[in-house]
Amino acid sequence: MTAFFQGLGLPFAAAWTISTICGILLIALPVMLAVAMVIYVDRKVWASMALRRGPNVVGPFGILQSFADGLKVFLQETIIPSAANKGLFLIAPIITFTVALLAWAVIPFNSGAILANINVGLLYILAISSLGVYGIVIAGWSSNSKYPFFSAMRASAQMISYEVSIGFILVCVVLWANSFNLNDIVKAQHGFGLGFINGFWCSPLLFPMWVMFLISSMAETQRAPFDLTEAESELVAGYQTEYSSMAFALFWLGEYGNVLLMCALNATLFWGGYLPPVELAVLYLIPGWIWLILKIAFGFFVFSWVKATVPRYRYDQLMRLGWKIFLPVSLLFVFLVSGYLMATGHFA
Amino acid sequence: MIQAIAFYLFATLTIFSGAVTILARNPVHSVLWLILAFFNAAGLMILIGAEFIAMLLVIVYVGAVAVLFLFVVMMLDIDFAQLRAGFIKNFPLGFALAFVLLAELVMGVGAYKAGGLALGTPDAATAPVAGLSNTAAIGALLYSRYLFLFETAGIILLVAMIGAIVLTHRQRGDVRGQKPSSQISRRPEEATINLQPEVGKGVTL
Repeated sequence: MTAFFQGLGLPFAAAWTISTICGILLIALPVMLAVAMVIYVDRKVWASMALRRGPNVVGPFGILQSFADGLKVFLQETIIPSAANKGLFLIAPIITFTVALLAWAVIPFNSGAILANINVGLLYILAISSLGVYGIVIAGWSSNSKYPFFSAMRASAQMISYEVSIGFILVCVVLWANSFNLNDIVKAQHGFGLGFINGFWCSPLLFPMWVMFLISSMAETQRAPFDLTEAESELVAGYQTEYSSMAFALFWLGEYGNVLLMCALNATLFWGGYLPPVELAVLYLIPGWIWLILKIAFGFFVFSWVKATVPRYRYDQLMRLGWKIFLPVSLLFVFLVSGYLMATGHFA
Repeated sequence: MIQAIAFYLFATLTIFSGAVTILARNPVHSVLWLILAFFNAAGLMILIGAEFIAMLLVIVYVGAVAVLFLFVVMMLDIDFAQLRAGFIKNFPLGFALAFVLLAELVMGVGAYKAGGLALGTPDAATAPVAGLSNTAAIGALLYSRYLFLFETAGIILLVAMIGAIVLTHRQRGDVRGQKPSSQISRRPEEATINLQPEVGKGVTL
């Protein structure tokens, strides 16, 4: 894109700045729109599985429901509890929302379409997703109220626990792809399974890692069945209890943004990213970003499928799963994968 | 040009948030300013081309260590009047610490002015490898030349971790833990007994 703006007669610095800003808008605006649509899809999938109709009033098939909700929330009054720590109370939803958008910078949408093609892309995503907890913790503390505080403590313990196993799972992928760069990781999945299936999931050593990644990412984004931070039977609405209006909406957007990001990461790391699912010349006629969006959409369907069917975990069960099962198993697989790769001369 | 602007931005913010970390009245605010300082330090690392270290700084310090700090500090119920009450009593200790730190600063600046310390020139094994990414270069050095030091550091951390667990772990007798394996292996036949008592019997009052 920089070359295009340079072609218009701009100097390099100006062309680079404009193209970067355009790139950010090209990613951030569709992501926000996708978040609105995805909330609608979530409610619709959820409703169909419960044999209900779901949103069906605003627009055709109720497709504009999220926008109507957004408008309603926008017109509400912002209430700040008098005992709250005002500055932090208002910063918390902003942190959650911003962090949910930040990590999209390194997701490759096509072989060249990536905003920041940095060679520590995966580490960047880990770093950014570890920041997500601050929005929740700060919200819980600054609300100065019991339930939000409990929720914040649960959230930080939960996110730290599952980040550990996600880290080990990512190490397996990085070992196989031989790079932290997400573009290289996608390229390494080219014809990975039996020479014609694109995607790291198609390997006896990485398939269990993919399953564990899916479950861990649900825990990391606090989706059902791991939504203990907002378990309404115990904590009212968790860290969002004291929030109203746009601040509340930002939490919601941030939460769904994180879910979408995890789906994108899952698609990029295990389902071949922008590559078509199998090696067929015909499938390459469809542009890569459409494949990526289809994979993200399917990943999100799995998320809402799980949300509609699985009952909520208890907190000690969640911790047991994270520390006593996922951590040792993922560590074992790091050994197995690196041992297999050494034995087959992958690094030579 | 842009590097200079970025450097001064990151450096100023690092120093400013470091200062506010000490000056802030509320300890939770202190921790949050400390996090901002970590962030800007990571920005400085990126400026010198050490993107791996920068990301590790954010993941380890911001993502894990500072969360635990925040966790502990949030739970503290701090009485500010009590905090300030010990000022006179603690003044000599604080002054001594300040003196030591000042002396270190002066000596550091003096040593810097006097010229660089001869640490030896980089040989073939320690020189940065051209054409390798940051991560690969660090890995190649850590796991070859500095393998024993690296393993030693790992063992020290392991010992510290085991020590912390041993010191803090207490076995309580009155806690009933859950054993998922025995729950799963339990069959309906063992769990319920089907009795067929006669009418008027089978109820003990």
